[in-house]
Amino acid sequence: MDVRGFGFFLLRKLLRMATLLIALSVLSFWLVSCSPLDPVQAYVGADMTRVSPEQREAIAEYWGLNQPPLMRFFHWGSAVLHGDLGTSMMFRRPVAEVIGERFLASLALMSAAWLFSGVLGFTLGVIAGMKHGTWADRFIKWYCFTLASTPAFWLGLLLLMVFAVWLGWFPVGLGVPAGKLAGEVTIANRIYHLILPALTLSILGVANVALHTRQKLVDVLASDYVLFARARGEAGLLLFWRHGLRNVALPAVTIQFASFGELVGGTVLAEQVFSYPGLGQAAVAAGLRGDVPLLLGIVLFTALFVFVGNLAADIIYRLVDPRMRKGETA
Amino acid sequence: MRTQSATAPILEVQDLCVSFVQYTSGLRQRCLEVISSLSVSIYPGEILAVVGASGSGKSLLAHAVLGLLPGNAVTSGSIVFAGQKLTPKQQASLRGREIALIPQSVNYLDPLLRVGKQVRTAVNGGNAARIQREVFARYKLPPDTERLFPFQLSGGMARRVLVSTALVSGARLVIADEPTPGLDEAAIEETLGYFRELADEGRGVMLITHDIETALRVADRIAVFYAGTTVETALATDFTGEGEALRHPYTKALWRALPQNGFEPIPGSQPQSHALPAGCLFQPRCPVATPECASSRPEVRDVRGGTVRCIHAS
Amino acid sequence: MNRRQKTLISTLLAALLLTGVIACGLLLGDERITTNLEARNASPSLAHPFGTDWLGRDMFVRTVKGLTVSMGVGVTAAAASTAVALTLGMLAATLGKAVDAAVSWLIDLFLGVPHLVALILISFALGGGMKGVVAGIALTHWPSLARVIRAEVMQLRSAEFVQISRRLGKSRWWVASRHMLPHLIPQLFIGFVLLFPHAILHEASISFLGFGLPPHQPAIGIILSESMRYLTTGMWWLAFFPGLSLLVIVRAFDVLGDNLRMLADPHRAHQ
Repeated sequence: MDVRGFGFFLLRKLLRMATLLIALSVLSFWLVSCSPLDPVQAYVGADMTRVSPEQREAIAEYWGLNQPPLMRFFHWGSAVLHGDLGTSMMFRRPVAEVIGERFLASLALMSAAWLFSGVLGFTLGVIAGMKHGTWADRFIKWYCFTLASTPAFWLGLLLLMVFAVWLGWFPVGLGVPAGKLAGEVTIANRIYHLILPALTLSILGVANVALHTRQKLVDVLASDYVLFARARGEAGLLLFWRHGLRNVALPAVTIQFASFGELVGGTVLAEQVFSYPGLGQAAVAAGLRGDVPLLLGIVLFTALFVFVGNLAADIIYRLVDPRMRKGETA
Repeated sequence: MRTQSATAPILEVQDLCVSFVQYTSGLRQRCLEVISSLSVSIYPGEILAVVGASGSGKSLLAHAVLGLLPGNAVTSGSIVFAGQKLTPKQQASLRGREIALIPQSVNYLDPLLRVGKQVRTAVNGGNAARIQREVFARYKLPPDTERLFPFQLSGGMARRVLVSTALVSGARLVIADEPTPGLDEAAIEETLGYFRELADEGRGVMLITHDIETALRVADRIAVFYAGTTVETALATDFTGEGEALRHPYTKALWRALPQNGFEPIPGSQPQSHALPAGCLFQPRCPVATPECASSRPEVRDVRGGTVRCIHAS
Repeated sequence: MNRRQKTLISTLLAALLLTGVIACGLLLGDERITTNLEARNASPSLAHPFGTDWLGRDMFVRTVKGLTVSMGVGVTAAAASTAVALTLGMLAATLGKAVDAAVSWLIDLFLGVPHLVALILISFALGGGMKGVVAGIALTHWPSLARVIRAEVMQLRSAEFVQISRRLGKSRWWVASRHMLPHLIPQLFIGFVLLFPHAILHEASISFLGFGLPPHQPAIGIILSESMRYLTTGMWWLAFFPGLSLLVIVRAFDVLGDNLRMLADPHRAHQ
């Protein structure tokens, strides 16, 4: 393998990520400083009347809110460079800590949904592609297009109504049973609370990878090399195994890695519907209650997450595809 | 000299018609007849070149014989292989076993599969790896070629690999579809040599090409294709002098259009398959056309050891 | 009936449905969504096909009005997004390599943040409300269309008639407005229609989360977020019908866009 070329590629990608993250910090900081929401009020909550002007001043002083925006940005920016994302106003804890904890909860949810939707979507796409033009294909296509038009939170509400309210199989919300101490919560408890939101995300996540795989397989089956494979007497499952799977699996894996953005979006909604205490819920709360450090931290963190997904997709392509691996152009 | 057992054709195509259902502008559908009442036959040990301009439906003939036409194609007529009329099911079982295709370029190889593996899938019975290595050695492909991916092959290697797939299969009929486009003189010579070998070993070879000069260098007989049908089948030796031995006016015109024979262009152009003329398909461009030619399609006739589709031929 | 005719009919049906909903939303009066405690919490019936809520408001009328509001936001946001996409796509394709690289960097920037997180940020910056939603959607949805337009312009640039105009010394602006824009209009319109479904879904999502339209607006996101409070009471119709209607509308826009694309360019859209 061309190690130097790969190193160069990686370096270029990381450099691009750095510039994007810097630009994103500037942009986000500028956006939040435009907000008409009074950060002091956001911090205090509804009891604004009980806060005296002196207390107000003290709060502003403590958070550095009375400095000009540019100064605040440099303070924040240099702290971020040192790995300090500030302190969350809502949780009164370091933002990095909050994000780390919430992300772990979301990660369980997202990885379950990601794996399940990937496998199911790929299978559906393969079936539709192999049976191109039949009723099975048409049904799968219809199903995927309908899913793509389905509001994620509505699907969550439906599942909640059916499985939690009517059938009573699952809890109505919260990541862990109410009234239990953190130490008493078992893995089983967590999984139990994870199923419905994960199911919501999985059902929706199927559409993208299934439609993509289907189209790719249809293209592959219409390709010259499959025509020639047929002319050599290959057919059916053997043909699919040898040429179809090989040529559609890679795009499917990469598209799954490149879909981290949609995954996060879905997670925000699912967590809100199921009151699941993950990163998405924290983002919504931070936005609604004006927790600027946390909101900024989450924006940067999710952008990093999406970027890592895209980078993984690129790297997998380079490592697996012989045309990239052996350097077609190099 | 053909032996007694070889006088039966390995492939006999009769009255083959292939049409497609297509959308035109607006909401109308139409049926395009791309190949109409085409007849050719190939004997073991000979090379039959099917020569015609681009877009005359030559490749579709290959796909029709192999049963690989797309779903919206409708076919009629008969394809007889080794004395047996082919059904789609038989075509499926003969593909790659008795009938092999040599495609035109490396794009016909799976980009993600090593070359050796792809050639081995064409082997029918026996030790696939051993047979593949023998054939690669015969075509002077280095032993490590089998480990390469298609994009790593040079043009010459790719051509030899593609020919290998036909050789390892042990097929009795080989169909080569435009195997020499854009090749230089030496490469053409080399490729044609491979086909001659395949034929000399007793196979029937159908060489589909748009280039009559290439065809004449190696073929025993030439089938001339025009607007979806064969207007003439002639012996390669008929192409001589001013073309007096040729039977059809189109074939004669083709012959005279070659640089060394006067470079006379044929006026007009080949009709599109949605606008075929009435009567003889060549009649609008034909120098010897009479009113009779426009009234009905001429039938195939045997004339001087070849076949022709022209009422004036003698 | 062939596929083209089917396409045409489904296009017409989708367009009819959408205009029907908009017309209903504009024509229906407010009397059926005023508080009527006598008719509250009614399950679906002939008089109230979608049932009523805890204030006795007819859910059908609320849904239709909500859809109209959502479509209004969708049109505005999608149009703004299309304008951004057109500008940046054309700039990238005509002004040379540096600008092209800058735009592609910008596209990466906007694709890098999950849409919903970006929407929360922008909504927060603008203090919520309608303008936050519209600005948010406009700013997050342009990248894919910008790429399409860039590719299209690149292709047009190498076309003969453009080459000739350039040789004749016509300015870049002249070429862009006389030669390129007319060719881009179908693409642009289809891209605009296809942006709709995303715009509406995101509008509903962000309103559902509490960032979008104010609670007194009958937007679908608001209706669904309210319904969450009544989930355990068994009033399933509060969430079921509004969500389903939203799905149907989004799907109708999708069908419309896809069909238009197919009719405009049968070769590229041929399965």
